[in-house]
Amino acid sequence: MKNNHLLEYTLHLADNALIIGHRNSEWCGHGPVLEQDIAITNIALDHIGQARHFYQYASQLIGNGTTEDTLAYLRTEREFRNCLLVEQPNGDWAHTILRQFLFSNYQSVLYSGLMNSNDEQIAAICNKGLKEVTYHLRWSSEWVIRLGDGTDESHLRMEDAISRLWPYTGELFIPSDFEDFACKNNTGVDLAALKQPWENKVREIFDEAGLNIPHPGFSQSGGKQGLHTEYMGYILAEHQYMQRTYPQSQW
Amino acid sequence: MVMTTARYHIDELWKMMENVCDPEVPVLSVLDLGIIRDIKIYEDEVVEVVITPTYTGCPAMDMIAANIRMELMANGIQQVNIKTILSPAWTTEWMSEEGRDKLKEYGIAPPLPKQQVCRTDLFSDEAIACPKCNSYHTKRVSEFGSTACKALYQCLDCLEPFDYFKCH
Repeated sequence: MKNNHLLEYTLHLADNALIIGHRNSEWCGHGPVLEQDIAITNIALDHIGQARHFYQYASQLIGNGTTEDTLAYLRTEREFRNCLLVEQPNGDWAHTILRQFLFSNYQSVLYSGLMNSNDEQIAAICNKGLKEVTYHLRWSSEWVIRLGDGTDESHLRMEDAISRLWPYTGELFIPSDFEDFACKNNTGVDLAALKQPWENKVREIFDEAGLNIPHPGFSQSGGKQGLHTEYMGYILAEHQYMQRTYPQSQW
Repeated sequence: MVMTTARYHIDELWKMMENVCDPEVPVLSVLDLGIIRDIKIYEDEVVEVVITPTYTGCPAMDMIAANIRMELMANGIQQVNIKTILSPAWTTEWMSEEGRDKLKEYGIAPPLPKQQVCRTDLFSDEAIACPKCNSYHTKRVSEFGSTACKALYQCLDCLEPFDYFKCH
């Protein structure tokens, strides 16, 4: 596998985890109840832990004094390879829950496949991460059901979240160049083959929640190529502020 | 493989690890947790300690690595390498029996055997015994607790709220 493709693939996995971790961390101190505030920030921590492992690996591939911190804090928006779904705003609790459910479900099928990657480090990170992803998927599934099958208001909010976020799910299964390469080299997985198990899970949970899967329609895409939604710049502005303003500051 | 440094036998190095505790669960040593995977000696004086993180995002790992280094240095070992490996992934099954007893005494319910947990059923509680009164009449308050490795429970008999060290 060409090294730059492996690097981009690793950064893609890292960026996905970092950005959803950042979004979830925005809930810190704002959760609807204390236990769920703790839950969502725990999940943020798991994601940032995954991101660190991938960035550490990526920095080894690059060499030249690159570190996990320079990758997280000193790349520009166009250099981030995360999918658009993870950068979408938190919105209300229903939006955050649905985003987590759609993404954890994706991570679950993806990491299950990547456990067999011929790249030992990627396989090890995914093998480890899958244990936590299983918690995230269970927790978010329960909340989708609780809200969808709850009150009229909570049901309405879930429906609103579905219509808002669904157009960003198609991108998960449209392979980029580096994912195609990774698949051909058995470092990655065939994304098209993940779609059915992913959708089966969505259907199972939505059925129980009394929610409907939207008809297939237009998919937003571009994140994996570095073409992000307007939200991404604001995320990085906050995320990278300290390192940009006080370079190499530490505490 | 070299079994001794200029001053210590490898068994003595393992013994030193009993003094290094988890900063978040101070009753457990790194040996109780099973996070020390190997100790190697190179060239008579370089000690390499191989560790593995418990949870992917556990923020205590940096401090644990620093504390291992400090402990060895306090015993006069100057050259210490800490190597982190991810595979095989850590599991609560590696926690020692002694560690489980210490957890319970400390007021944290120890992890159940693995085969009872890795299920994905929704809205199901594991039957966790209260560490104070041993009742199984307990309920899960939250799947996530004060640290990544714990969940929040409450005993419905003695009403004690307690942490449960999750199976992993």
